[in-house]
Amino acid sequence: MIRTFGRSALGVVSELGEISLFGLAALRGFFVQRRRVSKLTVAVHEIGVRCFPIVATVGLFTGLVMGLQLYYTLVKFGAESALGTAVALSLIRELGPVLTALMVVGQAGSAMASELGIQRNDEQIDALQTMSVDPKGYLVGPRLLAAVFCFPLLTAIFDLIGIFGGYLTGSVLLNVDAGVYWNRVYESVSWEDVRGGFIKALVFGLLTISICAYRGFNTHRKASFPGVRGVSESATRAVVWSSVTVLAADYLITSFLL
Amino acid sequence: MDTFLKIRGLKKHFGETRVLDGVDLEVARASVTTIIGKSGIGKSVLLKCIANLLTPDAGEIELAGKSIARSRRGSKAQDGVSFSYMFQNNALFDSLTAFENIALPLLEASHLKKAEIRDKVEAMLKHLELQDSATRYPGELSGGMKKRVALARALITNPQVVLFDEPTTGLDPERKFSVFEMIADYRERFGFTALLVSHDIPEVFEISDRVAWLDGGVIKFFGKPSELDADVESALSGFLSKANYGRSKQLNTEGNGI
Repeated sequence: MIRTFGRSALGVVSELGEISLFGLAALRGFFVQRRRVSKLTVAVHEIGVRCFPIVATVGLFTGLVMGLQLYYTLVKFGAESALGTAVALSLIRELGPVLTALMVVGQAGSAMASELGIQRNDEQIDALQTMSVDPKGYLVGPRLLAAVFCFPLLTAIFDLIGIFGGYLTGSVLLNVDAGVYWNRVYESVSWEDVRGGFIKALVFGLLTISICAYRGFNTHRKASFPGVRGVSESATRAVVWSSVTVLAADYLITSFLL
Repeated sequence: MDTFLKIRGLKKHFGETRVLDGVDLEVARASVTTIIGKSGIGKSVLLKCIANLLTPDAGEIELAGKSIARSRRGSKAQDGVSFSYMFQNNALFDSLTAFENIALPLLEASHLKKAEIRDKVEAMLKHLELQDSATRYPGELSGGMKKRVALARALITNPQVVLFDEPTTGLDPERKFSVFEMIADYRERFGFTALLVSHDIPEVFEISDRVAWLDGGVIKFFGKPSELDADVESALSGFLSKANYGRSKQLNTEGNGI
């Protein structure tokens, strides 16, 4: 049993190493590509614009629920005036980066893994190689760079909408004074909190997009089945691995930041 | 003979299956060599080894005197020799139009200006009677049209070596003939060296300078198409008769066909 566990652990570490090298090669490959701006624009649209509605919606409902839950907890201690602090800090430090990353993985990451898997099976990736075009730089590089821009931006949007959601339930529905709510938000959030949230968003972006792209790109090597089932397996594993990695990385980064 | 492509002792296995078991082949500059053989015998594997998409287990491949078999997979080992690959399943990019698919190698790996690229692609579209399909996506094209788009993409860079993997599969006899004519015409105009895998026997012999019969992992016959009639192994005769070679030849002679 210990041997099996050890072998699995080594496998995970080895795969993380492969994913890191894959991501680095893709970023390096991107900078020798032609038409970089147009490729980056397409990738920003894929990751940023298309994920905006789901991130905004989830942000709003998270804020609404947090406003409710935290209000009824704080009111027991007569501390409902601290609602703004509790909502803002929870969102900016933890929930914003984590939930945004999970939403983007669900929307863009799974699509990316499937698309790359199909391109692998259909020999489109081989076709790029025969044209002397670096497939990693062409297909994965722009998406990784887009993640660097989009994840922090989407996280910021999630945080803002979430804080507004907290205001809706806390102040509009449950009568916490609006001035107190916003004043607490303003006073309690420091630059360190925002910076920590952005660092997390950046790391999650690079990790999740690398994992999803790696899974799709290597469908022919990593999936247990060929063809469509292999693509579906790659997409599923991409989402599962990315989600677990986000949560594990969140713990590690938080322990360094605190 | 001015040898342009030389293969010595090429071996490739997948698991327990030995697909190539010591292939030796010499292809003359600006010639058309057709590889024939049963389905699944390793013809496409041979082409992929030459294109550096698969790494051989043993053996040497020399292109214009430079070894490519030992170089890194997917690297620009063919530097100095431009080559194209026409894939069996076309490998067209679903998200690009026919025009964009054909222009892709020029946009990504040439120093031509946009206007020059547009002119070249338009000329190619006209030559292949694809003008009306320029703005259509591969999903909107018929099988024959897709083949012609793939052929156009393979020839647009005026490569020195073109590897054709079953370029006429799925085409009607008229289109099949026009594709063979086009390969012969382009070879005449641009002087590329072509290596062709085809099951269209005997039509393909009309444009072939040499025929290589791959069987049991080795080249068992290599010579001019006219030499197929005499001094051939009985196994090759059997293969050719199953491919309707004798009957088709007789019909062609009587009907003055291809």
